[in-house]
Amino acid sequence: MGVEGIGASVVRKEDRRFITGKGRYVDDIKLQGMTHAHFIRSPHAHAKVKNIDSSVAMKMPGVVGVLTGQEIVDDKVGNLICGWAISSKDGTPMKMGAWPAMAPETVRFAGQAVAVVIAETKNLAKDAAEAVIVTYEELPAVADIAAAIRPGAPQLHPEAPGNIVYDWAIGDEAAVKDAFSKAANIVSLDLTNNRLVPNAMEPRAAIAEYNEAEEHFTLYTTSQNPHVARLVLSAFYNIAQEHKLRVIAPDVGGGFGSKIYIYPEEMVALWASKKVRRPVKWTGDRSEAFLTDAHGRDHVSKAEMAFDKDNRIVALRVKTHANFGAYMSLFSSAVPTYLYATLLSGQYNIPSIYAEVIAVYTNTTPVDAYRGAGRPEASFLIERMMETAARQLKVDPADLRRKNFITTFPHQTPVIMAYDIGDFGASLDVALKAIDYAGFPARKEKAKKEGKLRGIGFSCYIEACGIAPSKAVGSLGAGVGLWESAEVRVNPVGTIEVLTGSHSHGQGHETTFAQLVAERLGVPISQVQIVHGDTDKVQFGMGTYGSRSLAVGGTAIVKAMEKVEAKGKKIAAHLLEASEGDIVIENGEFKVTGTDKSIALPMVALAAYTAHNLPDGMEPGLKETAFYDPTNFTFPAGAYICELEVDSGTGKTSFVNFVAVDDFGRLINPMIVEGQVHGGLAQGIGQALLEGAVYDSSGQLVTASFMDYTMPRADDLPSFKLSHTPTLCPGNPLGVKGCGEAGAIGASAAVINAITDAIGHNKLEMPATPDRVWHAIHGNA
Amino acid sequence: MYETTYHRPSSVAEATALFASGSEPKYLAGGHTLIPVMKQRLASPSDVIDLGRIKELVGIEVSADALTIKAATTYFDIMQSADVKKAIPAIGHLTSVLGDPQVRHRGTIGGSIANNDPAADYPAAVLALGATVKTDKRSIAADDFFKGLFTTALADGEIITQIVFPIPAKAAYAKMRHPASRFALTGVFVARTKAGDVRVAATGASQNGVMRIPAIEAALKANWSPGALDSVKISADGLLTDIHGSSAYRANLIKVMAQRAIAEAG
Repeated sequence: MGVEGIGASVVRKEDRRFITGKGRYVDDIKLQGMTHAHFIRSPHAHAKVKNIDSSVAMKMPGVVGVLTGQEIVDDKVGNLICGWAISSKDGTPMKMGAWPAMAPETVRFAGQAVAVVIAETKNLAKDAAEAVIVTYEELPAVADIAAAIRPGAPQLHPEAPGNIVYDWAIGDEAAVKDAFSKAANIVSLDLTNNRLVPNAMEPRAAIAEYNEAEEHFTLYTTSQNPHVARLVLSAFYNIAQEHKLRVIAPDVGGGFGSKIYIYPEEMVALWASKKVRRPVKWTGDRSEAFLTDAHGRDHVSKAEMAFDKDNRIVALRVKTHANFGAYMSLFSSAVPTYLYATLLSGQYNIPSIYAEVIAVYTNTTPVDAYRGAGRPEASFLIERMMETAARQLKVDPADLRRKNFITTFPHQTPVIMAYDIGDFGASLDVALKAIDYAGFPARKEKAKKEGKLRGIGFSCYIEACGIAPSKAVGSLGAGVGLWESAEVRVNPVGTIEVLTGSHSHGQGHETTFAQLVAERLGVPISQVQIVHGDTDKVQFGMGTYGSRSLAVGGTAIVKAMEKVEAKGKKIAAHLLEASEGDIVIENGEFKVTGTDKSIALPMVALAAYTAHNLPDGMEPGLKETAFYDPTNFTFPAGAYICELEVDSGTGKTSFVNFVAVDDFGRLINPMIVEGQVHGGLAQGIGQALLEGAVYDSSGQLVTASFMDYTMPRADDLPSFKLSHTPTLCPGNPLGVKGCGEAGAIGASAAVINAITDAIGHNKLEMPATPDRVWHAIHGNA
Repeated sequence: MYETTYHRPSSVAEATALFASGSEPKYLAGGHTLIPVMKQRLASPSDVIDLGRIKELVGIEVSADALTIKAATTYFDIMQSADVKKAIPAIGHLTSVLGDPQVRHRGTIGGSIANNDPAADYPAAVLALGATVKTDKRSIAADDFFKGLFTTALADGEIITQIVFPIPAKAAYAKMRHPASRFALTGVFVARTKAGDVRVAATGASQNGVMRIPAIEAALKANWSPGALDSVKISADGLLTDIHGSSAYRANLIKVMAQRAIAEAG
């Protein structure tokens, strides 16, 4: 309804403040009497903290305090938690090592904080930090999975023998074994899913203020989920009580998962604000972001797929080692299990799947959910496997996929997920046409004559979004429910405020959510204000991650709107002396259907608040709240095809074409969706070609700045050809599925499949740098 | 960043006098190396002497035989210069693939050469073209100027005033960009002088910084064509190895980039 409703690519409301420099980020906030924190971080990946001497620093100009890990333990501040309980195959719970906010005894990754200096300015804090003498006793470190699981390897946590957090499995091992024994063909593949550093544009920051008279804390922080932050800080960390803690996440400059978690720095700022009785500010710099923001991915997997004589998949067996880094971050345990192994069926009808996941501690930065979170790893594995199988079985990769596509829905996979709807063939067909697949052999031949190696690669991804049905995730070990809430307030003059628990940090919620209201009431989006990011304003919320904001948060808004509309209709019917059932809402008016009688929304709202003439027994006011718990995940899916050329002299890859066909269900704002896909593709291609966190054997991060960690730039990327083949999600009233992670999930396999097609060698790790590709071509890797 | 005293002299003489009177002074050109290092507290100069506002250090002049670029001329001005495009277009091309627009608006040729980063682009042009580096005290031949990683023949406090490039008969620069930093993973500058001499310099490849490649020079002197290098073997010994390129890969790049530069030079 209307030009600004569902399906309209209206310009983003929030962009005016962002592009004119008027956004208000945590670092922009200055409080009266504010002090500045600078953390003293371990230069070693593994060491005992023998002594911290701050006597000189304490006497330096402007120093307010030097606080250590021992003090945070003495004050009984809780250790960091992991919010999802996973048990090993043998039934034992995951082996979680203690993670104090600052290390009192042992540091387990380079960059872990041991103390904090609080001073009048950041520079004075840094000056004093240099005068704090920390004595370490270095310990041997393990920097990767292979080193961590080697017999006799240095141990990180006494709680976790062998550095193993858990050894978990899903699926039917016996059925898979049986299927493999009868298979006509078996395809196997070893692959690494490279570790990534999120690198949100805005580094993390926190400002904590303690009001002594009220015994009340306020924390401004860069969070994707301020209510979850409040819950965790109050329920587990013992710093502030929930009703005495306000968490504000104002404008936040990107998160990609890395700002879901409640980090030590926020905890310390909050705790320290009470210790020093002054507001405490910490803004991380880029080096700290590299060392302390939770990293993503980092899997090593062995996969085998069994086919019958007709090239139908009969079984899949996967063994994955997942690197958790030095500690278990907030959702780390769920990522390689319920967000990964449950998606290993891909778009395919696979009768039996068995996946084992062994989670491992290493002396590296903790790893957690990063755009896609487990699903990129699953999609990469399955789609590399399908391409490898097509080559080994000597069949067309599109045909092999099509033959094995799931075509009837709902479809129960052997790994928990029940796909509700989709049309995988439709997406593939559109993609094949868009890239002119039929013409590819001729193009490859022509390129060959010009001395270029040309390749094409597919990726037919599926993901589970709309996270998540609370009861289902609760039964799998989640510590929280994953519903969302909304409050819709129609003000007395008819303008509308929507308070949502879905935090926006780049996604465009302020526009998309306003469009939902515009669609239903027929009002312009300028009359709708979206409020989020403040626990004192918004009733509650579980936050933004897992492509859940529209499917879950948007549905909560719809549910609250339904209540508002029902009450508004009652008031309108009363005022118009009509039957409630005859009232319809159009263009901002309540109308009596079939007549010319109507009353404008502002008049209905005014009537609700003056309460001079309401139906008998009706409460005044026009605002309603809804909590929405989804009944299932949503399942966005799509077909990506990448065509590229490789320069055999340098190993450099150049894109020829990149086609992305997605099924996100209904699109609310297609322009915002395209922006989300572009960003996701950039990160997926970044993983495939450019990005990779590298540690040396002593646990030092080699790629600790943009001089060595390759972020994708515009000129690294092709112009994307996007299209959509929507099937409407039956699980929510909007028919939406989510689009935030798809590009990052689907892109990397398409790129690696295309390069390996071009060079004629299947062994190629990500990131496929020119150096690696050149070595692969010339066989001297 | 530690506290420092910032100076903005208006002449070379004033700059050298300030340098002489400082306890631990540093000259500032574009600042791409010095400022980040200061922000990381890895350098703490007592005085920072900004050479960027000294008018006598900015400008480009061309004669029949030589192109002279004054030291504080920015990359952007070099890239835009019609004189550079006409006299030695390879220098214009090199500048256009150096960094990004922000870098090109700040960086200066004198700063690049004085810093002698092993992966910087300009040292390859200076060395391959046999340029002369002029300072406030003397003239230094390119072959004598570069002394290894971040090391040059410059004495303490000596200021580069200009670089004089003899105009070659042919020249070109081919660069494989470092994927992250956009410095040269390996860049090769080839030049043939009007007298028929051939000079080839590679940057980004060697553990010792920019270097001439005698094997390629010899092959090209006999036959100025990409094919002349087919049988040339470049040793990986002494070349850099890191996560972005092994020494074998860089050895390959020296040859491939040289061949591409020759093709470009015509």
